[in-house]
Amino acid sequence: MSVATKARKLGLKQRYALMTRGLGWETTYQPMDTVFPYDTYEGIKIHDWDAWEDPFRLTMDAYWKYQSEKERKLYAVIDSFAQNNGHLGITDARYVNAIKLFLTGVSPLEYQAHRGFAHAGRHFRGVGPRIACQMQSIDELRHAQTQVHAMSHYNKYFDGFHDKTHMHDRVWYLSVPKSFFDDAMTAGPFEFLTAISFSFEYVLTNLLFVPFMSGAAYNGDMATVTFGFSAQSDEARHMTLGLEVIKFMLEQDEGNTPIVQRWMDKWFWRGYRLLALVAMMMDYMLPKRIMSWQEAWEMYFEEAGGALFEDLSRYGIRPPKYHEVAAKEKDRISHEAWGIFYNYTHAAAFHTWLPNEDEMAWLSAKYPKTFDKIYRPRYEQWAKMKAEGKRFYNNTLPQLCTTCQIPMGFTEPDDPTTICFRSSEYRGERYHFCSDGCKDIFDYEPEKYIQSWLPVHQIYQGNCGGAELGQVLDWYHINQGADNLDYDGSPDQQLWDKWMSDRKKAAS
Amino acid sequence: MPVTAIGKYEFEPLDKRENFHGNIITYWNWEKHLMFCSPVALPFPPDMRFGDVVEKVFPDVYGAHPDFEKVDWSKVKWTLNQEPFTPDFDRSLEENGFDHKCVVRFWTPGLDGYKGSAN
Repeated sequence: MSVATKARKLGLKQRYALMTRGLGWETTYQPMDTVFPYDTYEGIKIHDWDAWEDPFRLTMDAYWKYQSEKERKLYAVIDSFAQNNGHLGITDARYVNAIKLFLTGVSPLEYQAHRGFAHAGRHFRGVGPRIACQMQSIDELRHAQTQVHAMSHYNKYFDGFHDKTHMHDRVWYLSVPKSFFDDAMTAGPFEFLTAISFSFEYVLTNLLFVPFMSGAAYNGDMATVTFGFSAQSDEARHMTLGLEVIKFMLEQDEGNTPIVQRWMDKWFWRGYRLLALVAMMMDYMLPKRIMSWQEAWEMYFEEAGGALFEDLSRYGIRPPKYHEVAAKEKDRISHEAWGIFYNYTHAAAFHTWLPNEDEMAWLSAKYPKTFDKIYRPRYEQWAKMKAEGKRFYNNTLPQLCTTCQIPMGFTEPDDPTTICFRSSEYRGERYHFCSDGCKDIFDYEPEKYIQSWLPVHQIYQGNCGGAELGQVLDWYHINQGADNLDYDGSPDQQLWDKWMSDRKKAAS
Repeated sequence: MPVTAIGKYEFEPLDKRENFHGNIITYWNWEKHLMFCSPVALPFPPDMRFGDVVEKVFPDVYGAHPDFEKVDWSKVKWTLNQEPFTPDFDRSLEENGFDHKCVVRFWTPGLDGYKGSAN
């Protein structure tokens, strides 16, 4: 038997149409509104779902091909990193603490993003956004997995890498990234995309990815750098989705503008607060620094973001509320965040330390207005205490912000020496915030944040393993005396110093 | 403003007073001493004597700071929930007007941290 006709090869455009729009249909057994109950309640009006533009024109079959190719390259590098003892090539073992923070704070968010985009994709009735969300959902799962694999090598030698998901769900400072994402996941699909795709991936991602991946490159961590390269083309796609969803909402109906603006305000501030962790990583945790937080903020938010919001102004969108507060804080949040972790590093799964003389010189050059006045004296005092054998640990639990859940360590916008206190009353209860940004978010939807699982209050309520710090740390799965406390004297440091001295001996 | 939600959206606050086993949560901040990175949270029975907080609890909380032993408590300026307030050391927290999740800030005149740096 012979094949009568040869299958006709499809053109690119036709193929794209069939593999995306062609996969959807108008439901008839049930009305569309019943099948897609979540894409209207947020108040966003869409008149023409087909107006969605996918600039990448990527279809699922091509997607698998690209991704598997990238995967092969990535795993070859990860293998060779392990075989060649790549961890010996990093600048200093203090660097590894940045990776600990990434693995416990960021990688679980990639997994949550995988879930979030799967959910959002299910709930858009338009095929274009659905396919885009589907691909991003798979990307995010891939990122979570490849990050874990890239960083698992460090788990063989260094402390604090052993239980990231458990820690993410319980440890006090990890409630900051966790609650950020929980907030996004429990919103409707349009707010979720504004939060994650636009505010985070489009506006702020350069402030997360560039510091970590360049930081890895500068500090000899080839496994993490390679992950970064492997994720880069995905990130480009994610950013495009972020901008597309905003333009789509804004072009569909004028009534969408105030809703989108409010989400931008909220998610700018939430994302910015989360980035305080990145700020301290850049200024304190990289033995070889790339640029200061302030420089990164100016380059990636003030310049790049400024141009973006200028472009969006034709839709009636203005820059996010409180961006001017972020500008005022740019020469202090990294120091304030590092101060928080220095205070409580006995309860953390990574180490902190005092900056050395060279590092302080760098900090004072980068932060001429604040460093020598406020933060250098602080480190001098701590160094004095440490020299007396009394390394300072704060043995009282901190007050937390109800919205961002960070200890209330941020200062008044116009006074870097006074803690910023804000509060609201709701149904007879008082709630506290670190900033006007966090207070506004609460005030708009208080019912959401009165449920905040604030780690300090949970400990005092008796829900975290016991009343003693040791019991709480056990409940966190923090190995006491290894994962926590100052870098000086830690098992990480001892091991690293031994490797380095063995190397010197072998060379001489 | 209600939460934008798909249905009824009402929840109990997670941090109600009755969840703290008879204690109230109190927040304290020693101003111009940012070596302590943030205000602290302390659960106390409402009938606890105010003076006991200062005399028995503060040494553990703030004693690490060299300024602590120099504080003249008769000169300290206090606010409670952002209002100026003069505590009666011999009365209870509740009698002093403390309620659940109240904020106490205090300034120690002449003591502004290490070398006056607010640390």
